[in-house]
Amino acid sequence: MESPLNRYRSFTVLVLVIFAQLILLAVQVKNDQNVSVIRSWTVTAVSPVARILEWGRHSSVGFIRNYVLLRDANDENRRLQSEVDRLRVENVLLKNELSLADRAKALETFAAHVPSRTLAATVFASAAGSDSNAVLVDRGSISGVERGMGVVTPDGIVGKVLKVYATSSMVGLINDQDFAAGVATQNPQVRGVLKGQGKPMCKVDYVPFEDKIAVGDLLFTSGEDHIFPRGFPVGVVKSVRNGQPFKEILAEPSGLRHGVPQDVLIILEGVHQEIPESAPSNPAVYINPSPPAAAQPEENASPAGIGTEADRVRAQAKAISESQGHPFGSADGKIPDFNAKNPLPPPVPPGGDAPPPASSSTRRANQAAGASSGGKQDQ
Amino acid sequence: MSYSSGRILLSSQREGQVSRFRTWVVLVVPLAAILFQVYIPLFFQFLKFLEMPLLVVVYFALMRRSQIGGLLTGAMVGLAQDSLSKDPLGMHGIVNTLVGYFAASVGVRLDVDHGVIRFGLAVFFYIIHQILCWMIERALPMGHEPAFKLDEWLIFGVLNGVVAVALFHFLDKLRESA
Repeated sequence: MESPLNRYRSFTVLVLVIFAQLILLAVQVKNDQNVSVIRSWTVTAVSPVARILEWGRHSSVGFIRNYVLLRDANDENRRLQSEVDRLRVENVLLKNELSLADRAKALETFAAHVPSRTLAATVFASAAGSDSNAVLVDRGSISGVERGMGVVTPDGIVGKVLKVYATSSMVGLINDQDFAAGVATQNPQVRGVLKGQGKPMCKVDYVPFEDKIAVGDLLFTSGEDHIFPRGFPVGVVKSVRNGQPFKEILAEPSGLRHGVPQDVLIILEGVHQEIPESAPSNPAVYINPSPPAAAQPEENASPAGIGTEADRVRAQAKAISESQGHPFGSADGKIPDFNAKNPLPPPVPPGGDAPPPASSSTRRANQAAGASSGGKQDQ
Repeated sequence: MSYSSGRILLSSQREGQVSRFRTWVVLVVPLAAILFQVYIPLFFQFLKFLEMPLLVVVYFALMRRSQIGGLLTGAMVGLAQDSLSKDPLGMHGIVNTLVGYFAASVGVRLDVDHGVIRFGLAVFFYIIHQILCWMIERALPMGHEPAFKLDEWLIFGVLNGVVAVALFHFLDKLRESA
């Protein structure tokens, strides 16, 4: 069989001769950049091939690295996973430290506002026994702890000191079967004895059936047990059933609402407080103080701290009536002179000392201020 | 040796007679043509239009009816022409190579002893030669833009055709007899 080159010999020779002369031309001729055409042609011809080769090499290397040599990826994955685990643990530790700092700050704030002399302690263990409702705290007789002292938190009472060692103490929790504390509701004060049952709920005993107590009522220490001073929060009534001669009441202890607290206060010297008339705010929540400038001067101007305009007018009318000897609201036929001078102080300009509003939070703040002056905390 | 005078196209390649030339003819005639193009215009400017090397290439390609021979003759003559000109080597070489190849290809099919055929082929290849030169000059960065002067090429092509008929008749005398 005749080969193609032989068959098209003339054309092949033509191509070769033309090609040779083209090369000859390209060697001599230079372009605008003074580069010989042969070099320009060569680069132009080689560049795409080189680019394709480079692409192939890069793709092959990438394929081998990304899909074939997975050992490195596995090692790196393992290393990163361990790094993530380590960071998770570190994150949990930092969160715990932050939480601890928050609790410590709340406890410190609470202790500063409590008139009783207290000692901060940390729960470091629970007492042995599966049905035990006692914990160990890191304060003992060296710190001045004595048997029978009450243990509280900002949420409520936690228990009382059962045993005292040199550097630690055992605290019987509020839900321990041996625990008992005198409690009272708010206005009207219904008194009783709160007892632990070994369960989450405590019972309130010795409340006569004719006394008025309802679900949701808050319980405070009455101070009659000589353990806890009066006025510490205890819990909230969850169920009330009539019985003879006493009601059957179950209460949820607020001090153990979130489990056994880690930081507690041991009451070294108790000072009785008034039982608040309304529900206390959660002291664990930090409340920013009010801005110094009088944001709402009209409200501050009201002596009764009443917020609305109608209440302010009512208070003004009442003050005028009483100053002129007319009982406010009576229909005795005499009409007070409401054009007379207002006996109430004028509104306080912004930045001035305004009488505090008579809200529950203000009352608590006042109590706290008074308590902090007399309260002490042993560190 | 007798050639058909009534037909233009040959029915087969066997009808065409392959002309042979002595070696010195093959060497001297192209050289003389190149020298003619180099020296004659120095004294006779009006003869500058004559492309004697091209006509010689066309003649040898037509008469020898060999494509390889034709393109090699064209390449040699063209390179020699380039070496004596300011153009880069290979420019006329490529053009004459193509002309020689195609002339030989045409010579196989045509009765190249016919005067009209010779005239027509001379005109045709002259114009092809000029167009190819224009293309190459345009393709290469020669520093100037070549002009496409088709009307001028037609006129000079006719003149070269006339000269070619006479030249080819003279060169026929140098062929070896069978």
